[in-house]
Amino acid sequence: MAGDDTSGRDLDARNDDLVAALLAGEHRALARVITLIENRAPGHRDLVARLHPHAGDAAVVGITGSPGAGKSTLVDKLAAAYRDRGDTVGVVAVDPSSPYSGGSVLGDRIRMASTNGDMDVFFRSMSARGRLGGLSTATTDAITALDAFGKDVVIVETVGAGQSEVDIVRTADTVGVLVQPDSGDDVQMLKAGILEIGDVFVVNKADLDGAARTVAELEEMLHRRDVGAGAGKHGHGSVSQSGGESHADGARSDGADAATDWEPRVVETVATSGEGIEDLVDALDAHAAYLRSSGVGEAKAQQRHGEKIRRLVRGDLTELLEAELDRRGGVDALADRVRSGETDPYTVADAVVEPLRECLDGQRVDSERTPTAAESDPGDDRD
Amino acid sequence: MSADAEQRGRNRPIRCLIAKVGLDGHDRGAHVIARAFRDAGFEVVYSGLHRAPDEIVQAAVQEDVDVLGISILSGAHNSLVPKVVDGLKRHGAFADTLLIVGGIIPEEDRPELRDLGVAAIFGPGTPMEETIEFVRENAPRRE
Repeated sequence: MAGDDTSGRDLDARNDDLVAALLAGEHRALARVITLIENRAPGHRDLVARLHPHAGDAAVVGITGSPGAGKSTLVDKLAAAYRDRGDTVGVVAVDPSSPYSGGSVLGDRIRMASTNGDMDVFFRSMSARGRLGGLSTATTDAITALDAFGKDVVIVETVGAGQSEVDIVRTADTVGVLVQPDSGDDVQMLKAGILEIGDVFVVNKADLDGAARTVAELEEMLHRRDVGAGAGKHGHGSVSQSGGESHADGARSDGADAATDWEPRVVETVATSGEGIEDLVDALDAHAAYLRSSGVGEAKAQQRHGEKIRRLVRGDLTELLEAELDRRGGVDALADRVRSGETDPYTVADAVVEPLRECLDGQRVDSERTPTAAESDPGDDRD
Repeated sequence: MSADAEQRGRNRPIRCLIAKVGLDGHDRGAHVIARAFRDAGFEVVYSGLHRAPDEIVQAAVQEDVDVLGISILSGAHNSLVPKVVDGLKRHGAFADTLLIVGGIIPEEDRPELRDLGVAAIFGPGTPMEETIEFVRENAPRRE
């Protein structure tokens, strides 16, 4: 392609235009920004950084649940309900991609019947593209773009199938978990650690047999979740980091003591007919109000920013080190040397990382003006 | 920014919207295309049945697709396609979207559709590889 050497100034100018157009309300610009974000294209970081100051006002709602639970239909009705009261809505629907071709069919749009043709519902399908690690970063950046655009509510929809999806939905302020009546979902949920992340539980298809029992089971499990939470001070705001370990993390999540106040709610809906949607909106609103009044919302936001910083730093470091591995002949060649007995993985890893460590140590030494012996041993062998 | 330079958009999949416009209720063809495109490594957004031109424009703009494939079997292409083209233009999305049409389009109607900006028309029996190859070669590459 021509212009492979896209200069920084060109990107700057492009980003100027895109940000201005997005903030002016141009849908095309918003769509293009999300594409750049999704592709992790050149200049996307600068874009997100520029949009960041304009974001932070939207209520971000995550909707998750097993395949077939009715998420898309529910999101459609939810979006319509928000529109009815005058809110503008953004939707990010995340779908897995085919592990074979890398392609995907993103079908969540089919269900968006109630708000079709209404440009104030901005619906965007995202594919997992086989690199799940970066997906939560891309998703949160897309939310930032929708938020900066001025959407009052942003809904993130994803299959609650694994840790990466749980990570995505946890970036929301309020999390709704969909459960099908009598589906054996209870076991699944416990496995995925999804019970811990729900603020509102939605028993969808409540017109089916077994709905009442599912509601009762959920209430009981939620009750157990409160009792079983170690110190007992385990509200939602303190749920953090790695799913199953949330109790331990909750203990050290300071500033979230008031979190004990939120009792997860269970709501019954029939998404296809719209029944119960008002109750759901009420429950989501109640949680949003709780986040504001208790200060838990602020604490969660801060925690999210911290996680994001960590994720970005980790990602950047990985890229740097992958490039370094390539410069040293590639990981295959290095592995071959290990196989032939020439060296071992630890020596190789030390050799790759050592220059970076020295560099960072050196910088710290410079800034503190207190020279130590850090740079004295440039050799590869360490003890 | 080295992370950015690494990615450079080269590996990004081609994004397509497969849309059923108008009143005909047959989407087997659209399904087959959607699956074949997926297997070719494309990202396919499927619109569902009975879409109005405005809804297709909305989807194409919001999803920022490289390719818009409209499937029409009803014979209403002469009124539906211009509306889609106008809508794309209104949102500044026409120039860099590859517009293709599939379905039953009489030979005499084709020149007009091409004049409107339809890049290709694939009738019944077109080999799937031909369509995929066309999309691969003609999908806009944009930064």
